[in-house]
Amino acid sequence: KSTFSRLFSWARFVLQALIPTRTMLVCHRRLRGLLRRSASVVRNYTSHSQLPEEHRMVYEMCRQFADDELVPIAGKLDKEHLYPADVISKLGELGMMGVSVDTDHGGAGMDYLAYAIAIEEISRGCASTGIIMSVNNSLYCGPVDKFATPEQKEAFLTPYAAGEKLGCFGLSEPGNGSDAGAASTTATENDDGSWTLNGRKAWITNAHEADAAVVFATTDKSLKHKGISAFIVPRDTPGFSLGNKEDKLGIRASSTADLVFENCTVPADSILGDKGMGFKIAMMTLDAGRIGVASQALGIAQAALECATKYAQGREAFGKPISSLYAIQLKLSEMACKVDAARLLTWRAAMIKDENKNYTKEAAMAKL
Amino acid sequence: MRVLVGVKRVIDYAVKVRVAANKSGVELQNVKMSMNPFCEIAVEEAIRLKETKKATEVVAVSIGPKQAQDTLRTALAMGADRGILVTTDMRIDQELQPLSVAKILAKIVEEEDPSLVLLGKQSIDGDCAQTGPMLAGLLNWPQVTFAASVDVDGDKFRVERETDSGTEILEVASPALVTCDLRLNEPRYATLPNIMKAKKKKIDTRAAEDFGVDLTPRYEILEVVEPAPREAGILVEDVDQLVDKLKNEAKVIG
Repeated sequence: KSTFSRLFSWARFVLQALIPTRTMLVCHRRLRGLLRRSASVVRNYTSHSQLPEEHRMVYEMCRQFADDELVPIAGKLDKEHLYPADVISKLGELGMMGVSVDTDHGGAGMDYLAYAIAIEEISRGCASTGIIMSVNNSLYCGPVDKFATPEQKEAFLTPYAAGEKLGCFGLSEPGNGSDAGAASTTATENDDGSWTLNGRKAWITNAHEADAAVVFATTDKSLKHKGISAFIVPRDTPGFSLGNKEDKLGIRASSTADLVFENCTVPADSILGDKGMGFKIAMMTLDAGRIGVASQALGIAQAALECATKYAQGREAFGKPISSLYAIQLKLSEMACKVDAARLLTWRAAMIKDENKNYTKEAAMAKL
Repeated sequence: MRVLVGVKRVIDYAVKVRVAANKSGVELQNVKMSMNPFCEIAVEEAIRLKETKKATEVVAVSIGPKQAQDTLRTALAMGADRGILVTTDMRIDQELQPLSVAKILAKIVEEEDPSLVLLGKQSIDGDCAQTGPMLAGLLNWPQVTFAASVDVDGDKFRVERETDSGTEILEVASPALVTCDLRLNEPRYATLPNIMKAKKKKIDTRAAEDFGVDLTPRYEILEVVEPAPREAGILVEDVDQLVDKLKNEAKVIG
């Protein structure tokens, strides 16, 4: 980190104590954007060979890891719905569970393009491992890194980015998936400032293995989506329990379950960001999350393409490998085009995010 | 103690190698290259020595084209402290031969003054396994090849060496040279934070010609061809038939 960066962090720390979070965030983001824009050159990588050294090294390392550690066990993990604890722990040691989190907070301090590349290669080996890693990075560490206070970061970011603990993201509910603004989980403020959560979150990835969750609840129904707030809820909080694991058709090594809150009381300092910021936090987090899942899909697609190509070259019909038949060649080349296009979209979204510009549209396109 | 590690940029071990059309060598264009697996093991051992505080500094050296910088960067990402890149336009899988490599490394050893030089036992392109022994010869240092374990005891090294009949334990005085075999260790993955740190580590670049050593090849490769495809075997009914075939067809027994 440069001296200027260090000075900036110190100044931010001091100011954070004096100025309310929201103002701080806006100023911080504007200043950081200025810094980045002035120092950086617009990046435009379209192929692996154009990537800078460290991204290429991440690519090579993740590829090697996927080939050696994931491919041999991926089938078993999926068939037996086994959570890959060993692999996740190894990924944690490699810094892969907090790729774009600052090194001060246990992360690797790399940019989102590196993260996208890492997720793609890991997912190429095992899709479940990819989603576990992606949820921890984008959906848990993402909002905590952006909106938490230094004390919250110490407890709820550092061990998670370092891979010692796992996080999850509780937004969707049984009654609302796309309409995030209609959160029916409620958080009522108590006299001592603490909050009591009541409600249910559905289809939460990492639910059974998570040590904490970022949960969205309505604090003021009359304000509609401006009345939703985000909370960091540790797993062992009384009143916080889990539903049964869903039996899924795919990505079965990763647990997906309900989070149940029954009079679950959390201290006043559990709130993430300011009261009423929940919706905004959720939307911003999901933008980044889309890059993660787009990369995961890319990894799966690439693996499928490689598998199909290999099979077509081996399988014989009418005395020749079927890869010599036009219909198969057409299919394979269409697949290759789509995978390449998807990669370009994903990289573009990641690069725009790294430039601190608005990337919502590009991320949505990439996920599509 | 300073440890010098040699790393070589070779064709990746997983690649299906093809012979170039003119039979002058192996096809290198657009082929994936990476660090020689035995060199990875050597780097890993050096890093472990640093972690157990037996070594204070690990210097990685590579001789090759500009792109060998990637190989050095990988060594740095694994934990080496700095790198030395010796650039050459000669083909390092054929033209730049072990004796020339050993001569350059000898000069670097004179400058860097390490107490231990770790090399891979051989490279997977040349398979000569000569650089290590030749370097030790030039330096007049004790050498242990095919190391399966390395221990440091004061100013002595206790090295377990693989042989055809098992292992032997040798004790040599520092400074010494050790070439690393497969069972020595399992090389680590470069962690993401280390990849970022490696960006800032120094790599000194020098030209091979600047060392003032004779780099002319001592042997010339006339032709490189693929091995003849293996013929299918034959199943025999019993021992008599086997002996008969060995005697009369293969003519390998009298």
